[in-house]
Order: sequence, then C-alpha cells, then structure tokens
Amino acid sequence: MAEVLVYVDHVDGAVRKPTLELLTLARRLGEPVAVALGAGAGATAAVLAEHGAVKVLTADAPEFADYLVVPKVDALQAAYDAVSPAAVLLPSSAEAKEIAARLAVRIGSGLLTDAVDLEAGADGPVATQSVFAASFTTKTRVSRGTPVITVKPNSAPVEAAPAAGAVETLAVTFGERSTGTKIVSRSPRESTGRPELTEAAIVVSGGRGVNGAENFAVIEALADSLGAAVGASRAAVDAGWYPHANQVGQTGKSVSPQLYIASGISGAIQHRAGMQTSKTIVAINKDAEAPIFDLVDYGIVGDLFDVVPKLTEEVEARKG
Amino acid sequence: MSLRIVVCVKYVPDATGDRHFADDLTLDRDDVDGLLSELDEYAVEQALQIAGEADDAEITVLTVGPEDAKDALRKALSMGADKAVHVEDDALHGTDVLGTSLVLAKAIEKTGYDLVICGMASTDGTMGVLPAILAERLGVPQVTLLSEVSVGGGQVKGRRDGDTASELLEASLPAVVSVTDQSGEARYPSFKGIMAAKKKPVQSFDLEDLDIEPGDVGLAGAWTAVDGATQRPARTAGTVVKDEGEGGKQLAAFLAERKFI
Repeated sequence: MAEVLVYVDHVDGAVRKPTLELLTLARRLGEPVAVALGAGAGATAAVLAEHGAVKVLTADAPEFADYLVVPKVDALQAAYDAVSPAAVLLPSSAEAKEIAARLAVRIGSGLLTDAVDLEAGADGPVATQSVFAASFTTKTRVSRGTPVITVKPNSAPVEAAPAAGAVETLAVTFGERSTGTKIVSRSPRESTGRPELTEAAIVVSGGRGVNGAENFAVIEALADSLGAAVGASRAAVDAGWYPHANQVGQTGKSVSPQLYIASGISGAIQHRAGMQTSKTIVAINKDAEAPIFDLVDYGIVGDLFDVVPKLTEEVEARKG
Repeated sequence: MSLRIVVCVKYVPDATGDRHFADDLTLDRDDVDGLLSELDEYAVEQALQIAGEADDAEITVLTVGPEDAKDALRKALSMGADKAVHVEDDALHGTDVLGTSLVLAKAIEKTGYDLVICGMASTDGTMGVLPAILAERLGVPQVTLLSEVSVGGGQVKGRRDGDTASELLEASLPAVVSVTDQSGEARYPSFKGIMAAKKKPVQSFDLEDLDIEPGDVGLAGAWTAVDGATQRPARTAGTVVKDEGEGGKQLAAFLAERKFI
C-alpha cells in the first residue's frame, strides 16, 4: 500500500489537533508515515501511532528552532526521498503552508492549499476547496509530481486507529540556505486558557456592536460558558478592542467550527469569507437588515448586551 | 549605493462583486471589477517607508496579469513607487502559483533587486505561499509574515507573530519579505501623486523577454487542475426572531436542541 507523508505540527511534543485530523485523511490515501521535527519530536510517537501512523520519522537539531522554515523543508525533503510517498499532507498553518510550498518547488510537484476535504481519486487525491468567500466549492487535484496538500483545521474527524508507529530517526543534511533567516528571539503567546481559534469547535465572535475593549468581557463570558474560542471582526480589531490574533475574516483567520456565534457583527463579505463554512451559524444584531442574517441558522434581532448575558446565564444553568 | 526594492503586487477581482467561473474553470474576469489587492497596499507602504529611511533607494512595482492589471501598478505608482514592470502574455492565462512565481522570479532577476516585498497573501487566492516560493526560487532568505520590518546595514529585521509565539527575525540582503496588515496603515495617493504616476515609466515584458517557455505556464502548464466547481447552495433560511426579552433563553433552547449545551 502506498505511503503518505504527514507533517506533524506539535509544541514540545504535544501534537496539535489538526495533525490528528490529517491522519484520518491520510488513511483514505494510504499508510500514514508521520514526520515530527524539533524538540519533543520523539514524544509525539504514541499519540500518532494511536491515530494511524505506521511509522514516525523524527529529527531534532538546533537548526529547527534557530532558523526560519528552511531547515524543516530540508528535513521533509529528506523524508520524501526516503519514503517516495503517494502524497505529502500538512496542516494549513501559516508556517506549514510555507514549508509545503518550498517542498513542492524542490520536488517539482503541484501544490494545493487549504483543502477542506480529501478523497482518493483515479488520478491521485482529490481535494475539496472553498473559494470566492466560500461561495463556490471546487474539486482540485495535482497534475504533476507528488501531490503536496495542506488541509484546514476541522476538515476531518479525529479517529483512533491504532498502528505500529515505529519510531525511526531521520537523517537530515541542512543546506547552506537553511541558516539564511535567523530567529533572534521567541516569546510564546500568553495562553488565555481558551481553545485555539482555528481549531475550536465553537467560536464566539464580537464586532463593532460590542463597542469597546472592556465590553468584550461579555463575549468572553459566553465563550467560557461554552468552552469556545473568542473571535473578533476587523472593525473590532482595528478599533483596538481585541488582539489581531483573534481576527476572523479575509485578512485574519479563517475558521470552520461546528458552531459560530456572531455578536454585533453585520457580516461584510470580508468577514463572511472567514466563517461562512461554519456548520451552524448564529447571529445577534440590533439591525434586522444586517447581511449576517442571510447566513444564520438562528438569528436574534436585539441588543447583544441584553441577549448575550442571558444566554450565558442560561448555558451555565443548563450545565449546572 | 542604491537600495533596489521590488514590490510584487496583484490585480484581483473586487471581493464585493459577484465572482464566478468561466467555462475553462478560471475566474471569469469580464463580469467583475479589478483592483490592487488590499494586502499588497501594505507591501507598497513598507517599501515607501524603508526607502524613506535609506540614503538612496528605488522602488519598482511588479505585476503579472492582463492589460487591466496596469491599474494595480498605477495605484502603487500614485502611492509613491518610482517605476513599474508589467509582465503580460496571452500564454499566461490560467497560470497557477508555481507558474506565477517562476515568472515573478525571472522578472525580479532581470530588474535587479536587493529586497523583494510582498503582501502576506492575495485577497483572491489567499494561499499566502508565494513569498516563500519566491525565496526558494531566488535562493535568498525568506523573512515573511512580518508585522514590523526595518532595513539597515545590509540586513532586514522584523517581527513575525505566529499562532503560538512571536519571533524576531534577521537576515542579510538580498531577501524576500512579506508584511501583514498589521505592519502599518497604507497611505492614500495624493492628487500630486496621482498626476505624477501618469509620467512614471511602465516597462512591459512578455514570456520571450524572460526566457520562459509558454508550456511552463498557463492553464496547460499548470501543476494543478480544477475538475469541477459548484456554487455553494444558498443556506436555507434560518429562524430569525426579535428579542422581546426572551432572546437569550430562546437561543439557549436552540443550542440545546442542536446539542451544543
């Protein structure tokens, strides 16, 4: 059976959820061989095996932490040369997309990014992509070389599928260019204790209607009651009410959760581009004409400062 | 010595227009207005700021696209770029990101450069991979997704805000940089700038000028193929109710029914 390389996104050995989703998709195409790089790479093996990795290739070297992107491309290329896979899958994080892109050029292969689904086809993997602000769905494939495909979070279920997960050390020779961009320092983002925005099953977002940084506490309280991530529209971010890292939309992050709750967001096309693929959409807005109501499964025309706290209260009560 | 900056820009369909596919499954450009990709305005802005700090600098703005793409170049020139390069060739229709990056790399090498600046992604394809591919093709460092950037002493420095950490980066020139929409608000062209732009040189290249075989680009040369495109079915109208004091409770009931609580 063909082998499929899966690039592992992990933080010091803790595998992030989108990688486990990739293993589900990889099993539709062949036998997943995971590639884990950097500090803690070896510690990823157990969870990867639990989710279907027949083999885990690991490599650690100071280059992975000290220089941007290119050392990881060198390593993935070494894995590609060792395995000759039928496809290479990576999560659609900003960094992994850059790794995928450089690998595709090096191995002379076509590149697809931000797939939302993946199936085996007669001519190789067929990716589903969502384009034009999610108004169209396309079926796309790579027509030259070994398909290199990045997949968005929440595109597949995480499934247990125990496999051997034999750990092997990957030999990597770093090219001269791998030390081109030095990472002088790194400050970890302060954890809010909430799920990561792009990975969250539920996202609660606030927009212009929140009307002030301090009022975001109302949005956060609802998010915490639901175990959700907090998002913000561009208007709210530009006004300085919430950090840019939480921006949902065309120039921010694209999310596709099970449930998206938009509060005080009118739903400009740029925002819709970032959340339209959410499974269930709920909106609260004072303006009955707001375009967001065209997308909703459930909408409330009303003041978010009346509706949201009552909703939070009710969620807490039902939990209790 | 003069600092040669090349800014790559893209002419994109207006996202507020009604975008759809032509029969060959490329974007139908006839029905929708184009404009300079908003995210590329930030790249032009940073180029102008870096040039302003340098002793001597020249900014060339570069695009690949049909005749109309000149509008994107004009906008960048009116913001303050010095000259423009337009790569136009009928054989380019349907070129994918790997082909586009090949054309850009050849045009950049022909133009001469110390620094290439790109936006973080186009607002149409939104792949966000072109700057990394350009760095790979040109064989120079990539210093990408910067929310802050500075150039001096033959080096580029910047801050990259990732999902889990914020990193300070440093590389020697020549290099490829991409900047985010957090790098600094882009200026509006002044009337003087718009008038001056009309007199600035726009050089045109075709594939032959760049030594590129037509078969390596365009729809036929694409490394990916679109097999089908379907319009997403309109969402079936959901329930919209007016809050009469019970909105929060009603919403909770809806969420419970869908098993979210």
